Amino acid sequence: MAIMSVTPASAPDLADRLRSTGYLPGESTALVSFLATRLGKPVLVEGPAGVGKTQLAKALADVLGRRLVRLQCYEGLDEAKALYEWNYRKQLLRIQADPGTAGEAAGRAATWREVQDDIFSEEFLLERPLMDAIASPEPVVLLIDEIDKTDQEFEAMLLELLSDFQITVPELGRVEARTRPVVLLTSNNTRELTEALKRRCLYLWLDYPEPELELEIVRLHAPDLGGDVARKLVEVVQLVRELDLKKPPSIAESIDWARALLLLGARDIDQDTFRETMSVIVKHRTDLDVVAERVGVKLAARSANGAAAGG
Amino acid sequence: MSEALHGRTPPPGEEGMAARLTDFARELRVEGVATGTSELLDALQALGEISWTDPDAFRETLAATLAKSPEDRRVFELIFERFFFHAAEAAAVREDVRESGPSTPGGDGDGFQEQAGDFDVEMLRQEIARALRDGREGAMRDLARLAIAAFGRPDEGSGVIGVDVQRIRRRLGLRPEPHPDLSPADPRRDGLPREGLRRFEALLRRELERAQIERTETLPASRPLNELDRALPSGPAQDLAAVHRVVAQLKRRLKTQGQEHRGARRRTHVDIRRTMRASLQTGGVPIVVKERPVRPRRPEIYVLCDVSTSVTSASVFFLSVLHALHDAFRKMRSFVFIERISEVTGVFERERDFRAVSEAIARDAGVADVSGYTDYGRVWKEFRQQVEDDLHRRATVIVLGDARTNGRDPRADLFAVIAREAGRTFWLNPEPRLYWNYGDSVISAYEPHCEAFECWTTGQLEDFVKALTTPRRGGG
Repeated sequence: MAIMSVTPASAPDLADRLRSTGYLPGESTALVSFLATRLGKPVLVEGPAGVGKTQLAKALADVLGRRLVRLQCYEGLDEAKALYEWNYRKQLLRIQADPGTAGEAAGRAATWREVQDDIFSEEFLLERPLMDAIASPEPVVLLIDEIDKTDQEFEAMLLELLSDFQITVPELGRVEARTRPVVLLTSNNTRELTEALKRRCLYLWLDYPEPELELEIVRLHAPDLGGDVARKLVEVVQLVRELDLKKPPSIAESIDWARALLLLGARDIDQDTFRETMSVIVKHRTDLDVVAERVGVKLAARSANGAAAGG
Repeated sequence: MSEALHGRTPPPGEEGMAARLTDFARELRVEGVATGTSELLDALQALGEISWTDPDAFRETLAATLAKSPEDRRVFELIFERFFFHAAEAAAVREDVRESGPSTPGGDGDGFQEQAGDFDVEMLRQEIARALRDGREGAMRDLARLAIAAFGRPDEGSGVIGVDVQRIRRRLGLRPEPHPDLSPADPRRDGLPREGLRRFEALLRRELERAQIERTETLPASRPLNELDRALPSGPAQDLAAVHRVVAQLKRRLKTQGQEHRGARRRTHVDIRRTMRASLQTGGVPIVVKERPVRPRRPEIYVLCDVSTSVTSASVFFLSVLHALHDAFRKMRSFVFIERISEVTGVFERERDFRAVSEAIARDAGVADVSGYTDYGRVWKEFRQQVEDDLHRRATVIVLGDARTNGRDPRADLFAVIAREAGRTFWLNPEPRLYWNYGDSVISAYEPHCEAFECWTTGQLEDFVKALTTPRRGGG
């Protein structure tokens, strides 16, 4: 077998490999991912937006040496978009392109059967992500992103896929997985998922990281940023998350902010720098007011001290 | 299920991991975490893949397979601690493993006293404070034992663990407030972290429990987790983080409420324009039928909140929740009342902080007149005057109050008129149903005209919000 896939030996081993791809996993993240690769069970990853749920799938694909197949869910997503669809246009073309031996009744009947068999073959099947993941000859990582955005009917349809790794196509029969994909489902917890779905999955709750881990992440992605500034940045972001905001800043936004500060050449986060750059981490107008009022004020005292000390 | 099999102190060598896990799952189920057989099988299979010597990995593995929501996870942590602590202690009793040392009552009370006497208590206090400040778990555990040895003599013990814990803590003089008068080297100078104090108390409790199990050789009956643990915040200065958590979650849930019911009662119309457009792809044959999307229902809401002293904090909290959910409603007006009513919609637009809202309402609303007791009759009358023209079949009226009239006339007739004019009327009572209609509570007079809910835990609040956003029974 010339498959390049890697199987991690233990959870710490997987954690190290993930780290080497630039994803810093928490302890339970590495453990649950490891269990998923060993047990072949799907993982339901829940947590607030922007804590790296999607990133985890990418990193896992990277580590395991597998292709990532991604299905982005949205309201009204149906089987045609997720599983497979017949390529109507191509089917129509096929029928029109081959009029058969016109005139002879028996010949026409035979051709009809031929055409019928022909246009419902794999050639006319448009593979959508789920079918792609199941039918793929090499093992893949399947990411079903934001499952909570879909309807409950779609969830029910997923059950067959998640427990038996097979899909039934009426015209073709059952398509069974040739290899077992590692499946990750992410959810922002906007609605309660059905018990049946949860039962089939391992569960991983990803929360905003602890300050130390976030500092490490920021450092990894903006290595040129000074240590003090990075530390302060993480402190401020954690403060901002405590507030009741429409959209609290995610890890990605901390990283963006770190890069913005780097570009501006900021040596310290004082009130002015904060006011100019806070739109990187806070994206709603009402939130901006709240943050300026509650966090900006705290920084003002510090900046005054700094100015006095500086001269 | 025979008692012998699942008794508290099973005979040695009879139980394997599977049986233990089954017991564990049963305790989870008692607390409302749905753990099925398939989950247990998963857990066993998963445990086969990790090393059991790492307690964290063991716990995380069980959590990943058994607890599948943040709420379940919280219950899981509590049960896990209790269950495996008890299991270990039961095994110790069975194997007759005892701790030597002062925590075993041996009738040598005198020797004990002496020991505590030449014990340098001040030193112990400092050591504990230092360990708390640095958050050293191991040191804290050892010191908790020393503290029990020093202060927790069995003849002084009350027999109630909670009382003993507080007594020991008092004797140790551990406080979160700073002591500026102490020397700078003293760890207590800046005050002790609350988190550390709580942790230390938990350790004290556990060590005392351990001693008790050793003494009596039986495990205490496992009590259900405190329901208040999950209750709504009731004190004005109570854990704000908890409030935010509830609000944030409700907000997310509510945003998608409409959609959940969409699938079941889909009565959409075919969108001819979009269908024809799509048919161009297939040479004019309309193979894919496009439908018009269904918009979620967004009710108009009128809230009336009692803010008399008996229910203030619940009301203000509830109002905060509703205003946080503001986006989900087409229109919302809120009123607070005691003897008369006052509109506070504007306060919530200005203030975003729970506490600030409380203060603003207390300061500006001016709803107390003479007695400070709720007067429902007058409230209904004034409410009708203020919103009369506005109330219509698609409006929802929510009343939050304990329906305690202090002996005044409830005027259910006026309430009935309001309920008739509005499309739906809800009553939220922050008292447990058990107390309804006792004393001066007259909820039964109002109940025929509205849907009454008890609402004193976050779970009940969530149920209510669900009821609020689902289409009305029979009507839709």
